[in-house]
Amino acid sequence: MAVEKMSIAKALNESLRLALDTDPKVLIMGEDVGKLGGVFRITDGLQKDFGEDRVIDTPLAESGIVGTAIGLALRGYRPIVEIQFDGFVFPAYDQIVTQLAKMHARALGKIKLPVVVRIPYGGGIGAVEHHSESPEALFAHVAGLKVVSPSNASDAYWMMQQAVQSDDPIIFFEPKRRYWDKGEVDTESIPGPLHKAVTVREGSDLTLVAYGPMVKVCLEAAAAAQEEGKSVEVLDLRSMSPIDFDAIQTSVEKTGRLVVVHEAPVFYGSGAEIAARITERSFYHLEAPVLRVGGYHVPYPPARLEDEYLPGLDRVLDAVDRSLAY
Amino acid sequence: MTVESTAAARKPRRASKRTSAAKKPQSSEPQLVQLLTPEGERVEHPDYSIDLSADELRGLYRDMVLTRRFDAEATALQRQGELGLWASLLGQEAAQIGSGRALRDDDYVFPTYREHGVAWCRGVDPTNLLGMFRGVNHGGWDPTTNNFHLYTIVIGSQTLHATGYAMGVAKDGADSAVIAYFGDGASSQGDVAESFTFSAVYNAPVVFFCQNNQWAISEPTERQTRVPLYQRAQGYGFPGVRVDGNDVLACLAVTRSALERARRGEGPTLVEAFTYRMGAHTTSDDPTKYRADDERAAWEAKDPILRLRTYLEKEKLADEAFFTGLETESETLGKRVREVVRAMPDPEPLSLFEHGYADGNSLVDEERAQFSAYQASFADSAEEGK
Repeated sequence: MAVEKMSIAKALNESLRLALDTDPKVLIMGEDVGKLGGVFRITDGLQKDFGEDRVIDTPLAESGIVGTAIGLALRGYRPIVEIQFDGFVFPAYDQIVTQLAKMHARALGKIKLPVVVRIPYGGGIGAVEHHSESPEALFAHVAGLKVVSPSNASDAYWMMQQAVQSDDPIIFFEPKRRYWDKGEVDTESIPGPLHKAVTVREGSDLTLVAYGPMVKVCLEAAAAAQEEGKSVEVLDLRSMSPIDFDAIQTSVEKTGRLVVVHEAPVFYGSGAEIAARITERSFYHLEAPVLRVGGYHVPYPPARLEDEYLPGLDRVLDAVDRSLAY
Repeated sequence: MTVESTAAARKPRRASKRTSAAKKPQSSEPQLVQLLTPEGERVEHPDYSIDLSADELRGLYRDMVLTRRFDAEATALQRQGELGLWASLLGQEAAQIGSGRALRDDDYVFPTYREHGVAWCRGVDPTNLLGMFRGVNHGGWDPTTNNFHLYTIVIGSQTLHATGYAMGVAKDGADSAVIAYFGDGASSQGDVAESFTFSAVYNAPVVFFCQNNQWAISEPTERQTRVPLYQRAQGYGFPGVRVDGNDVLACLAVTRSALERARRGEGPTLVEAFTYRMGAHTTSDDPTKYRADDERAAWEAKDPILRLRTYLEKEKLADEAFFTGLETESETLGKRVREVVRAMPDPEPLSLFEHGYADGNSLVDEERAQFSAYQASFADSAEEGK
């Protein structure tokens, strides 16, 4: 056993190091990923140890980063690209959606696009505009992409390994406000599949589903609810595309109630997809309508208002109460 | 009124119309690299010499004739309803065959959706190009078989793929080169600018081959740029050259030189092949609505096939048997294309769910099962009815 306590940032760094070390075809590309080690230092020290040919500082052009990564993948490389912040992925959105996502199908499966696009996402760090968004639904909606987000250090470490080994393009959303949260990482344990949800707290009255930064909030909410005598189960979705509906269904058919929590706007968000599918699958097991807690249909607000915008403990508990009141 | 005075009266009106629509950029007609004039005369160029055997010259002629024949057949098939759309290369045979024949087998090509002549040079069966236009696939051929990537419809995207691929070639220490095709319209895209930046700073072995066919659907080149396109390269720190795109020898020589430069590790080159799209952008548009009648006539005089034929005949490099043999070969090709297209089956309905993902996807599995059951329900009711 090699269990070590480390932050999510450190776990990602160790995981990227392992990927570079294991496979000479793995490359890291992005703005400031070299000497600086990335603005969040996720790639800290990697260029020093693996060289400028493996850890590549790029021009400041997101479409260029993803577009050239596609070309490198076609040549047999496995690029991991870093988009500096969520709101800056849009110049690359065209390459991701029209090219990266579609090329495997376009070639009738004859070529593979093993590209990982890392995006630090979400709010709660007091940043300026374009630095706090949660655009995961925009990617999950696109066939050909897979979208994942770890919520803890162990998942950060292992999900990155699995993403790099995947022959499909993976959009890897990193919960930036959790980068410094520490957790135990067993670097020798065999992890479960990348797209499986995990029950992170057992309960019998209601199911909370979350991913990435909101898992912690949901665990806190479940603990608070416990004090009021309510038994809340928490599912960490881990993958937003595909979604492990079987796991949600199993949990909901046990508890009879479901609340989906995410930072992204509720409107057309992943909560809508989960609510619709679970209603279809478990209609006769539901004791209450599926409720959603998330951001509003407004541009991500200035930092001094983000606590109002982001779902916190109280908003989650309010939804729990509403569900239980049916 | 005399004929002469009528012409004089018309002239200024036409000129002023052009000025108000789109001002010509300065120095729009810089020197083209040319090795074979429109009259079929061989000329020399100090930087780009070429010495081809009679066999090779006849080969280039054959390539152009067969490519044009294939293109004409595809256009006809679209008119007959066999294809949903066709993007004709008529007029651009020299640019495509010249550059295509400059490539080595281990070079890699990133085309747009009009590079039928380049595909021909790569040994891609022309009928493979028709699947996407018939609507049975989005490409379908294996790009690694002939090092000829799938057609890219979003304009300019492939220039970045070419650059990344070339960065990989350099990393591998290989001495092959990469060529990216795009048009004058795509030159306005950010991806093309970004590919210039990336290829220059990483010194990637890539040749950017811009076929300036003067029109981006209905938008003239004047709406894309204020300077001749090949001059763009200078701002990125690599050479740009304008070649007579209707001169197959010049296109071959210039592309070969640019590829060799890339192989030597000297980085990218922009080649602007100055040519003309004789037909529509695709079978969906009508060029008579946006361009002057006399324009096509002026370019017909520069026809790439005609000029090489004139040269071959004048220099007695090909006899009558060659030309008649080629005619037969053309008809055979046309017939084969027609037959293959008409016999192309629609894909199986369940193939909808294939190839979205390499590693599988539980959501797709679920939807496939639902669709399959839905399909089967029709079969059941049909049987019950019997």
